[in-house]
Amino acid sequence: MRQVENSALDDALVVIDNLHFAHSFGAHQVYQNLSMRVPRGKITAVMGPSGIGKTTLLRLIGAQLYPQQGSIEFAGHNVHQLNRRDLYELRKRMSMLFQSGALFTDMTVYDNIAFPLREHSQLPEEIIDTIVKMKLEAVGLRGARDLMPAELSGGMARRAALARAIALDPELILYDEPFAGQDPISMGVIVKLIKELNESLGLTSIVVTHDIAEVMTIADYVYILADKQVVGHGTPAQLKQSDDPLIHQFLHGEADGPVPFHYKAATLEDDLLGSDHA
Amino acid sequence: MESRNTQLAVGLFVIIGILALLFLGLKAANTNVLTNGETYKLFAKFDNIGGLKERSPVKVGGVVVGRVSKISLVGDYYEPLVEMTISKEYNEFSDTTSVSILTSGLLGEQYIGLNPGFIDDTVEMLEDGDYIYDTKSALVLEDLIGQFLFGQGND
Amino acid sequence: MLNRVAALGKATLDSVAGAGAAFFMLMRALVGKPQLRKSWPLLMQQMYSVGVLSLLIIVVSGLFIGMVLGLQGYTILVDFGAEQSLGPMVALSLLRELGPVVTALLFAGRAGSALTAEIGLMKATEQLSSLEMMGVDPLRRVISPRFWAGFYSMPILALVFSAVGIYGGYLVGVRWLGVDDGAFWSVMQSNVEWGQDILNGVIKSLVFAFVVTWIALHKGYQCTPTSVGISRATTSTVVTASLAVLGLDFVLTALMFG
Ligand SMILES: Nc1ncnc2c1ncn2[C@@H]1O[C@H](COP(=O)(O)OP(=O)(O)OP(=O)(O)O)[C@@H](O)[C@H]1O
Ligand SMILES: [Mg+2]
Repeated sequence: MRQVENSALDDALVVIDNLHFAHSFGAHQVYQNLSMRVPRGKITAVMGPSGIGKTTLLRLIGAQLYPQQGSIEFAGHNVHQLNRRDLYELRKRMSMLFQSGALFTDMTVYDNIAFPLREHSQLPEEIIDTIVKMKLEAVGLRGARDLMPAELSGGMARRAALARAIALDPELILYDEPFAGQDPISMGVIVKLIKELNESLGLTSIVVTHDIAEVMTIADYVYILADKQVVGHGTPAQLKQSDDPLIHQFLHGEADGPVPFHYKAATLEDDLLGSDHA
Repeated sequence: MESRNTQLAVGLFVIIGILALLFLGLKAANTNVLTNGETYKLFAKFDNIGGLKERSPVKVGGVVVGRVSKISLVGDYYEPLVEMTISKEYNEFSDTTSVSILTSGLLGEQYIGLNPGFIDDTVEMLEDGDYIYDTKSALVLEDLIGQFLFGQGND
Repeated sequence: MLNRVAALGKATLDSVAGAGAAFFMLMRALVGKPQLRKSWPLLMQQMYSVGVLSLLIIVVSGLFIGMVLGLQGYTILVDFGAEQSLGPMVALSLLRELGPVVTALLFAGRAGSALTAEIGLMKATEQLSSLEMMGVDPLRRVISPRFWAGFYSMPILALVFSAVGIYGGYLVGVRWLGVDDGAFWSVMQSNVEWGQDILNGVIKSLVFAFVVTWIALHKGYQCTPTSVGISRATTSTVVTASLAVLGLDFVLTALMFG
């Protein structure tokens, strides 16, 4: 088990311990012995090659998936041992920006963002209205509030989803690729937004992303995943200085190195020549 | 406002459903006998009930006054016993009333015909649970043919 | 050979597991204290898309089926000089069988497939996951109102179907073919009963409503979240629900009228 020796990380909101996970229908193991600590009130970035299981990790934290071994604690509760009711209570304290956005297609943008407020708060409609407009303003979509999700562009849908994820100001926000499909301007806005939420409200954020440059500017701590576990972690400054070839490869986007670019497969020659011993 | 229109449409939908039910209940189904009114029961034993079934009508002069509610076999000799449920509207049958099992048309269903008996001071009125003793069984085609052949042979 | 047996065993286990999952899905969707303030508008919305939007197809089919019954019934009955029995023939076939059954089949095709596709798509686009992560139970929020909407709508649709069908039979029998108006209704009335015919028909359609809606929702909820998966689930809803309706109809008919 990997120890995280950093005194600043003592107060952890999410603690992942010794996690083993494989999708029920895939023979392929996603995680083996994964351990991680997400400090409270900080922005933690999780990076790793595509298909390594970052989305899976967020779903594990939200207890939408159950691990074969190991535990995940959120604010002291083992999320996988809660009964249904307690789990739903606990989930009100977190929120997730899905990679696909996952806006409710039968509601306007406005209603989408008002949805968690209407579900979970007893606030009167006028206050909800104010909050929704403020969140829309924050992501630059105030003018698009009466559109249906189908009428939004990919990047706009994602920003709308972001506004919905932050509507309730939950303790923990899980961002799955918040920057994907954004132009440089909105990317800058979103980076700033995540930072501000974290600073002004003290929210804890986990940001899964490939956009290393952006995330390195706001992250307090970074985990790099590869090969079923954490291969490197530290503050952005520590990582930049690291001479670990793995980390170096990832941060600089080199194709050749310890992290394979290809999904596990037979060699290209074998595949093309139709050899049997694949 | 959109939800108001939805509610309106659903309300209309439910009203249409209720209207359909009323139409079926009032126009298509018999409303007078045995549906809501009070009823009482009469019993009759037959030798043979032929094709009589539960729910077959009980008629007086062609008018439905009740229905057969139960058919069972009773006694040591397994005699068919018919329970009739009659509307309270028609509760003035004397105990000289007779019942017969009749057939409507050549191929029609069988029903029970009640022939009200005479009424004077000496007879009592039938009440709930009473038996009618004057019964005529159903005509069974095979018996008729048998009788006919038997009669021929005797000649 | 052994493989076949194994395959059969697996299929059996899968279907048992599937039935179990379907059962638990429904239990979790329906058990628990209802929150009227929130669920009422949801129910209304679903009654609209499941019930109101199915009304047209039900009325049109009911009318045509009633007219066909009137026509066929007349040509058959007139040979026996029994065209007076056209009324009860049309009414009883509709109330006891065709009303509930055809409504359920049409409902499976029109509303059931739509429910499966909608829920399948919500799953594929992670809307269901998203609800879960928001701490909103999709079973209570998405499945439950749709279930009740189907359950309440179908008997209403079946009643409308029968009523319109009888009117169709009347149009053809009385208006067109000249069966006596009074006889048509009075013979019908003396043969149709509230409890035995109308009520049993309603009970049938409640059972069908339960089963069809349940199957549609379960197929959507359990589908593989891809376009192929959704299209398979939709087809499977129509096939399974139709077979279930026809099979159950036999059982119910045997219990009620046998
Ligand atoms: N439902 C599933 N069933 C089986 N295997 C799955 C399922 N979902 C994902 N996987 C597998 O799990 C692995 C991790 O997937 P995941 O979506 O978590 O990757 P990711 O790190 O988020 O990738 P990306 O950066 O491209 O979003 C992949 O190899 C994928 O093939
Ligand atoms: Mg992902």
